Amino acid sequence: MKMTAYKMPDQHGKYGAFGGKFVPETLMNAITELEDAYNTIASTDEFQEEFTSLLKNYVGRETPLYFAKRLSEKTGGAKIYLKREDLNHTGAHKINNTLGQALLAKRMGKNKVVAETGAGQHGVATATVCALLDMEAVIFMGEEDIQRQKLNVYRMELLGAKVVSVTQGSRTLKDAVNEALRYWVTNIDDTHYIMGSVLGPHPFPQIVRDFQSVIGKETKEQFYTVENKLPDYVVACIGGGSNAMGMFYPFIEDQGVSLIGVEAAGKGIQTGFHAASLTKGKKGILHGAYMYLLQSEDGQIQEAHSISAGLDYPGVGPEHSYLMEEGRVEYTSVTDEEALSAFHLLTRTEGIIPALESSHAIAHAVKIAAELPADKSIVICLSGRGDKDVDTIRKAEGRAEHE
Amino acid sequence: MNKLTERFHRLKENGEKAFVAYIMGGDGGMERLKEDIFSLQASGADVIEVGVPFSDPVADGPVIQDAGLRALEAGTTLSTILETLRVIKAQVRVPLILMTYINPVLQYGVDKFALDSENAGVSGCIFPDLPLEEEGLVTGALSKTDISVIRLASLTSPEERLKRLAEDSEGFIYAVTVKGVTGERAELNAAELEAKISKLKTYTNTPVLAGFGISTPSLAKKVLPFCDGVIVGSKIVNAFHQGKREEVDELIKGIKGLALTVK
Repeated sequence: MKMTAYKMPDQHGKYGAFGGKFVPETLMNAITELEDAYNTIASTDEFQEEFTSLLKNYVGRETPLYFAKRLSEKTGGAKIYLKREDLNHTGAHKINNTLGQALLAKRMGKNKVVAETGAGQHGVATATVCALLDMEAVIFMGEEDIQRQKLNVYRMELLGAKVVSVTQGSRTLKDAVNEALRYWVTNIDDTHYIMGSVLGPHPFPQIVRDFQSVIGKETKEQFYTVENKLPDYVVACIGGGSNAMGMFYPFIEDQGVSLIGVEAAGKGIQTGFHAASLTKGKKGILHGAYMYLLQSEDGQIQEAHSISAGLDYPGVGPEHSYLMEEGRVEYTSVTDEEALSAFHLLTRTEGIIPALESSHAIAHAVKIAAELPADKSIVICLSGRGDKDVDTIRKAEGRAEHE
Repeated sequence: MNKLTERFHRLKENGEKAFVAYIMGGDGGMERLKEDIFSLQASGADVIEVGVPFSDPVADGPVIQDAGLRALEAGTTLSTILETLRVIKAQVRVPLILMTYINPVLQYGVDKFALDSENAGVSGCIFPDLPLEEEGLVTGALSKTDISVIRLASLTSPEERLKRLAEDSEGFIYAVTVKGVTGERAELNAAELEAKISKLKTYTNTPVLAGFGISTPSLAKKVLPFCDGVIVGSKIVNAFHQGKREEVDELIKGIKGLALTVK
């Protein structure tokens, strides 16, 4: 059950109509250089050996594919497996990408990096690899997010990164990307931008996908070893879309595998307070790419809302936008409330505290698992651990009790 | 030949350099947009560049970001700007150009944008996030009008790229003087800029103007010998916001006075 070979993006950095390079002229040369460097360096044995060796010995790959027996029994339907990206060094999938990009930047002769961060996971993963590789890191983070994620800010600083508070606009992830891009334009000669998700101008969505695709590759092999077949469903949460893209990519040609991306419905997709760009957004251009966006009628970008800071972005990567229009991936959404309840469910039944982001994938997977027979199986990408969210949850539920 | 090209021909005949004034459309409301345009025209600006506010202006520094936010809060849209320009069209002698990020144009509809801009008397457009590679998005619709697509060239553009930028260029080429965003600066690297602009000029007769960071006659004096004019933005946006029209008048007269004597 193979579809024709999937070869995206095309030579212009497009995924069908999506993607592209919508950036100021000053960045064009850096983007072209990055594309050339990626095409010539990343595939060499020398690069792959160093990358693979660090993924194994430093990040801790491969991560387990864990059969969640109690969760499956409790749900009473399909078998549920968890791809344990939460067990990576720094606690999420983000480091797969930051490690790859930092190694690439170093080989391009750039010893400084700039990055944006929302929840702080990408910032921590960037600061970590910069400490490891003796590089300078400047991380832009919205003032609102700094308030929400104080511990991650301190972690980044301990690791030697400079964290810059962004007070422009909505003071969240989208504005942190704006500031990081402005910083990059200003420091273009010696600085590489480590984009944290499958977003931005080409070649970033491709590079991030490729570095993250280790998730899907391992999952496929691990699942085959245990079940001697492919899973029926693969479910991942979507903010910008990097863990989902890394998980889905190796399965795209396997039509028998249903791929499901779960967006954040926040307080509900009818309320206007959500981050469901694919479910409720319109096509447009932001941060260098043509993709689905939350925007007003006259093209101003709107704020996203989710209890999970990592899903709080008003767009979804161009490749996801394409895969939705092609009908290859199904995109749905779950609310803050559903995600919180899935958070508790996994914590109590399996003793695994998931990130609020990943809890969105769990919530949807549990819904469909209950409707399926026991011979079907679902893999959830457990993209990160939930330690960072404990305070948010305590506050959210403390408030709820008083209402 | 559109109004913009005509203006450059006349400047060339007179041996003058161009002064392009940037303002943020809708900062202070639509009445102020009209007043700003008339006051710049009276002071002797050669071209007026009207910025369309956008929520995420990645090429702009703090002054223009703030002006954009004020304009958005005042309810400004691409549509209200075009409507205002259409209303005052008969009184505007100076060529008008629009500076807009591409997403508001996409949502407005590229064909409608081209038509309505032409009806509003717009003779050129600058899209700061639409490089050569993506220009096709608008050129089909705009080529049916008399509106020029003004390209940007940067200090980081390699020679082969400068050549491609120069070929089929329209209106003028906007040479970005710094690696960075818009905003006033104390200094700029004139030698590096001169090398790029001289290179560009070997490939085209289209005028090349310098912008980003130019805010004083002394900075303008450094670049005018090797380019065809300057674009001043943040300085003017700030002065108008603070109600200091006379400062803008002095600046334009100062730079235009300089321009006449530079050969």
